Amino acid sequence: MSSLLSLRNLTKAYPGVVANDNVSLQIAPGEIHALLGENGAGKSTLVKMIYGLVKPDAGEMQIHGAPFAPVEPRAARAAGVGMVFQHFSLFDALSVAENIALGMENAPRLRDLSRRIREVSDTYGLPLAPDRIVGDLSAGERQRVEIIRCLLQKPTLLIMDEPTSVLTPQEVEILFETLRKLSAEGTAILYISHKLEEIRALCDTATILRLGKVVGECIPRETTARDMAEMMVGKVLSTPSRAGVMPGPTMLSLHKLSLPSSTAFGLPLREISLELRQGEILGIGGVAGNGQDELLAALSGEIRAPAGMLHLKGQDIGGLGPNPRRVLGLLAAPEERLGHAAAPGMSLTENAMLTGAAREGLETGGFLNWQAAQGFAENIIDAFDVRTPGAENAAGSLSGGNLQKFVIGREVLQRPEVLVVNQPTWGVDASAAAAIRQALLDLAEGGAAVIVISQDLDELMEIADRFAALNEGRLSAPQPTAGLSMEQIGLMMGGAHGMEVAHV
Amino acid sequence: MIRLEKRPQSSRAFAYLTPLFAVLATFFFGGLLFAALGKDPIQSILTIFWEPLFGEFAFFYRPQLLIKGAPLVLIAIGLSLGFKAGIWNIGAEGQYIMGAFFGAGLGLAFYPAESRLIFPGMVLAGALGGWIWAMIPAVLKVRFGTNEILVSLMLVYVAEQFLASMSLGLLKNPEGFGFPGSRNLQQYDSAHNAELITGTGMHWGVVAAFIAVIFAYVLLSRHRLGFAVRVTGEAPRAARFAGVNPSRLVLFCLGTSGVLAGLAGLFEVSGPAGQVSIDFNVGYGFTAIIVAFLGRLHPIGIVMAGLLMALTYIGGDIAQSQLGLPAAAIQVFQGMLLFFLLALDLFTNYRLRIGRAETA
Repeated sequence: MSSLLSLRNLTKAYPGVVANDNVSLQIAPGEIHALLGENGAGKSTLVKMIYGLVKPDAGEMQIHGAPFAPVEPRAARAAGVGMVFQHFSLFDALSVAENIALGMENAPRLRDLSRRIREVSDTYGLPLAPDRIVGDLSAGERQRVEIIRCLLQKPTLLIMDEPTSVLTPQEVEILFETLRKLSAEGTAILYISHKLEEIRALCDTATILRLGKVVGECIPRETTARDMAEMMVGKVLSTPSRAGVMPGPTMLSLHKLSLPSSTAFGLPLREISLELRQGEILGIGGVAGNGQDELLAALSGEIRAPAGMLHLKGQDIGGLGPNPRRVLGLLAAPEERLGHAAAPGMSLTENAMLTGAAREGLETGGFLNWQAAQGFAENIIDAFDVRTPGAENAAGSLSGGNLQKFVIGREVLQRPEVLVVNQPTWGVDASAAAAIRQALLDLAEGGAAVIVISQDLDELMEIADRFAALNEGRLSAPQPTAGLSMEQIGLMMGGAHGMEVAHV
Repeated sequence: MIRLEKRPQSSRAFAYLTPLFAVLATFFFGGLLFAALGKDPIQSILTIFWEPLFGEFAFFYRPQLLIKGAPLVLIAIGLSLGFKAGIWNIGAEGQYIMGAFFGAGLGLAFYPAESRLIFPGMVLAGALGGWIWAMIPAVLKVRFGTNEILVSLMLVYVAEQFLASMSLGLLKNPEGFGFPGSRNLQQYDSAHNAELITGTGMHWGVVAAFIAVIFAYVLLSRHRLGFAVRVTGEAPRAARFAGVNPSRLVLFCLGTSGVLAGLAGLFEVSGPAGQVSIDFNVGYGFTAIIVAFLGRLHPIGIVMAGLLMALTYIGGDIAQSQLGLPAAAIQVFQGMLLFFLLALDLFTNYRLRIGRAETA
């Protein structure tokens, strides 16, 4: 078949690392082509070269047989390449149509543009009203804005970077329908993901990258997810294991926890109730931005709660700050590593002090014992295999996965009685993610109670005993994960709580 | 094509070297400025930096170094705590004035009684005056989220008007033949902040500055409060997560800098200046901002920066009288120092690449 895009021997090196090494690949018109690989495998660099954001050191690209060397995204767009990024670049305070107009070279009048947006959204099954304010949209709807922005330029190749990480299963289905329709019309799609089941459901072909090199190609429908994962990682994967523990007494209980929103586009928490028992892991799913950060802050003590809503081992802790809660045994690890869980400019020793001061005895009468803190940091580095030259290095100099291991390790090693983590394996490679999950399972087995807030449903199904979903600041009633279907999960995430009755 | 590239880790060497480069750049461009004014640049620079230390009248100028350096260091130490945490007290000048007014006011209230308790009382009153003036922006920020930069700066002008009104009114020397200004505290033994060792310039303000430096050093390196200050400056959300209460930190940082600025004002008015007058303040509160940054917000660095700025003050005065350089030129010269320091600071986190651009 004649190829739409062909890459030959693309190479791109950064100081100290070869991001892409002789990468070649072909995409035919209408083909849905998956680009698979762990974080740091070179997927982003490759698509940035195609989209004109990065210039290759060597190698060549062709579109329809003609040489293609975009010097900037505008040139790539003119050649028919569109890209939907993982992180949206939208203005919350503007409407959908205004946002789209901002990204266009010669924006038509808003009324005409709105009409075209409606046409595109009808044609491709992407429901979206042009006059809505972006700040009010869900993550899935925001992604549609980005997709429509691309489709208005009638691309022949659409690049999608991890598009489903922010979607509910139902929204994923809608997206896949759209992509299949585009593919049937002849638009090629380069689909970046590390979610293997999705790729098996959607893609025609897959190219697998590891450490900048193409290590394999396959037809996803005919390959098992496990085989693809092992090609990605380059070794045999171990699945986290746990021995079933009978849940013990209630450790943490939330009774109709309600908090007003602390920021303009934040969410209030609405009457969240749950009981967390010793030895269990409660998974909390939900699309990003439905109250996850707020719930973590309310539990960690960054936001105080009114009396009577929050109890730890029977004691009302609503009015306590983070450190008194740590002393009582309630520890937390927020989602954002840089700037929230850790201070990027400070050393690992100082970051160990950040949350470890009280429980690890790093402080006496207000005076800090830096030697002890360094010892604690070195313990974390050893126990969690954090790759760094030493504890004196700045947290910001670590790779995302290594810093995440440090941040989780810091809390786990403090022997928490209740641990709350948000997105514990976000942006972490497969083997580090497995290690973090295993640490959480071991912790629960050792008698702690754990809440894992995550957008990765596979992760929650793998480690959680019970599952609940956050939707607009409300929490669905927790259900045992065993026997829960994707459809039920989707409904819980979408806020249809009526299903619970049938299931109990 | 010249490009800036972010360093993976900020350069420690550069953090220590920038003050030196900034001083050298200031020498060069300051020299150009003096040349443009028709003065010999080399001689001007030498007059400012060499004359006070090793010149013919160095015995007179050297004690001045301590007298002028002490208030700068004392104020800058307080400011550096807030600056490290991202709390910007720009109004130390006002807190300095209020400290001087409160302290001198207490002393003058007891005139002509003699008691050993009067001076310690004035010290406390001076600290209180600076603290109160700093608490205004602090409380407004904590309660209503106002911007402490604006409020503290505006309060400087309020304090200046207040000072003028006091030296013409309430505190005016009844035996002063109608001249504005209070009684001279140098002639009132119980209230006089005299030299501790004659001829050295060493007075209680210098002692206080040294204590403040040690206090700040221990606080920042060993104490949880100093750690809270540093984490807040690095990553406010991480500080909150670590249990730092941002409001309390604002009160602490502004309060401490107010107390130290107030003390500096009191030691100045009761010692080297002697009286409350309309033009009692000479801008120590503003210059201390330069000192704090020039010293990298580090206690030891601030001592060195304070002495350097004191040198430019003294040398500037000599240059004015001997070479006829305008006072404004000296101020531009001092301003250049901060300007170059901030500009060169960029290289702590970025490195310069000269070559072809990679992406358009």
